[in-house]
Amino acid sequence: MSSHQQYIDLFNSQRALIDEHAAPVLNAQREAAAEVLQRVGLSRPKDYTHVDPEALLAADYSLNLSRYAVPTDHSDLFTCAVPELSTSVHYLVNEQLVSHSRESDDGVFSGSLREFALRYPEIAARYYNRLAMHDEAPYDVRTQGTNVTAHRPLGEAALNALLCQDGFVLYVPDGIVVERPIQLISLLRAVEDFMACQRILIILGEGAKASVLICDHASQLRDCALLSLQVAEIFCAPYSSLDFYELEEHHSDCRRLSSVYVEQQEGSNVSVGQYALTAGHTRNRVFIDLCGHDADTHLYGLCIADQNQEVDNITYIRHRAPKCHSDELFKYVLDDEARGSFVGRILVQEGADKTDAHQTDRNLILTPQCHIVARPELEIYADDVKCSHGASTGQLDPAALFYMRTRGIPEAEARLLLMFAFMGDVIDGIRIDPLKDRLKHLVEKRFRGELTQCRTCAIKK
Amino acid sequence: MSLLEIHNLHASAAGKEILRGIDLTINPGEVHAVMGPNGAGKSTLSAILTGNPQYEVTQGEILYKGRNLLEMKPEERAWEGLFLSFQYPVEIPGVSMVNFMRTAVNAQREYRGLPALTATEFLRMMREKRAVVQLDNKLANRSVNEGFSGGEKKRNEIFQMAMLEPTLSILDETDSGLDVDALRIVSEGVNRLKSAERSSIVITHYQKLLEYVQPQFVHIVYRGRIVKSGGPELGDRIFAEGFDWVKQEFEG
Repeated sequence: MSSHQQYIDLFNSQRALIDEHAAPVLNAQREAAAEVLQRVGLSRPKDYTHVDPEALLAADYSLNLSRYAVPTDHSDLFTCAVPELSTSVHYLVNEQLVSHSRESDDGVFSGSLREFALRYPEIAARYYNRLAMHDEAPYDVRTQGTNVTAHRPLGEAALNALLCQDGFVLYVPDGIVVERPIQLISLLRAVEDFMACQRILIILGEGAKASVLICDHASQLRDCALLSLQVAEIFCAPYSSLDFYELEEHHSDCRRLSSVYVEQQEGSNVSVGQYALTAGHTRNRVFIDLCGHDADTHLYGLCIADQNQEVDNITYIRHRAPKCHSDELFKYVLDDEARGSFVGRILVQEGADKTDAHQTDRNLILTPQCHIVARPELEIYADDVKCSHGASTGQLDPAALFYMRTRGIPEAEARLLLMFAFMGDVIDGIRIDPLKDRLKHLVEKRFRGELTQCRTCAIKK
Repeated sequence: MSLLEIHNLHASAAGKEILRGIDLTINPGEVHAVMGPNGAGKSTLSAILTGNPQYEVTQGEILYKGRNLLEMKPEERAWEGLFLSFQYPVEIPGVSMVNFMRTAVNAQREYRGLPALTATEFLRMMREKRAVVQLDNKLANRSVNEGFSGGEKKRNEIFQMAMLEPTLSILDETDSGLDVDALRIVSEGVNRLKSAERSSIVITHYQKLLEYVQPQFVHIVYRGRIVKSGGPELGDRIFAEGFDWVKQEFEG
């Protein structure tokens, strides 16, 4: 039996239970999700990535369909150590929001997707699953003869829609500026092989502004495989501004299949960052659609992997409207036998004149056993555009290493300084200052091998 | 005891023999100039002394403070007071001068059993030493050598030398590419570090630097060997007549 079939069977047999603990808006999407999943399966296209969703999902994970409360008191679980970020924290344990949803006087909602969908079914229905599941038509542009890596609807997204019962929502009405960054601490916690199916939904109204940081953690209670199947959908209305950063601090038994979909209207400004500090097997996809003119996007990725860790990043930025700007920067440092891949595509559609799009991927390989695939793709169907892409893979500069050693800097320390310097510009792109400082600290600790848990949120087990 | 003793040093790079039997002894407090035509092996000598892994010693020995220098790692040589002012200083994007220097100074202090400098102490030291070569504060806050002009890079080398206070410093064509003012600043910086214990090897093509630092000994390197040694008058003759007479004498 192919691995997607077991989930369709599960859905068919447990549908009442799944629906009972979710919301009608979520339930309304399941039939279509089952149909897509049946059709496309979970196999990945030939895109030279390492992490195979079909293989990862073949294991027999348990799910918490009955929504048994996770036996934890979240105030015991976490004490967050980033003071400037700590006041607007939400806690997601597995896919369940264990903190209370909040709704401010000016209409900002942050909290449980289930609650939001029950309270505001019309808004939820307008957005939920619109980007994740209906990406086939919009992605079916005129790209005959080219590879179809990102065009098909994703089996992973369909599987998420099939089983998802909860997650996190941030809704910011028109004109509202949320001053304080909102932090979502997401913890995987189980004593047997477990899969969490969570959905993130961010809706920014016209001129709205917000910053979101997601910290992904996993507790290692005993040897068990923990899988996070996450889909994030982000809608940015005209002239809105969003920072969306995700920091992965997992361990080698963790698997992560993440898809981020962003839709940007005119004049909107978005900064997305995917920081894989410690991953097991991670496959991150980011799709950004620049639908309105003068939209601005910054996409950053950082990956530090060692041992047998695997991290794939698949990105797709689509310029559909004129005068948009996109800047993409990914950096990998691979050690031991780690494997990584970067498949980044920029598509400039017909009519997207005056597009200004740039992509850079730089990779450091510290041992001959590491493996990286870099595949930059630039596809342009408009005139009068400014686009560039560059990918390079190499080792630490021996001349710089020697220079530092002649000054008395020990070799190991010199290597660390160079690795840290290599990541500098990715971190500098972060628009939340305390997070920037924190990440610098964490990256340094990671390179020094001192990072067991991200101390942004000191987790007590 | 001599500070440095080089005996019959042979070395090669990429399989090509460059040094073919160098002998040189340097005592505390001495300044030695090393001259010679391009390709003679002057820079290779400085690379070998500092432990550049791209060069291979095939024969001979080097004693530094009585120890076998060739067995020491580059960083250990630095801790023991060896310093090279690079002919082509390396740019290190993303590593700030401050962080670079603090790591270097504190590694050296740790080796010598001294406590690490506090931030205040370190910054005061930076300020003092920066003044020695009139290095702009803005440069000190930038990445190591990144975007520095040729002259700024050389001044930065002497600044690092002032910070690390080496026992034996090697100046590899530190004067090349410098205008007269920069040359004066660099030379004054070098002279301020002179003492009865400290020695230098000055590799140069130009008279001006030697006028400033006044070496007691001048050596001519040709085809991987020191073919002539003498006092300052040897330098004067080279500047007046070039190397042709040395080559002729050597090749007989």
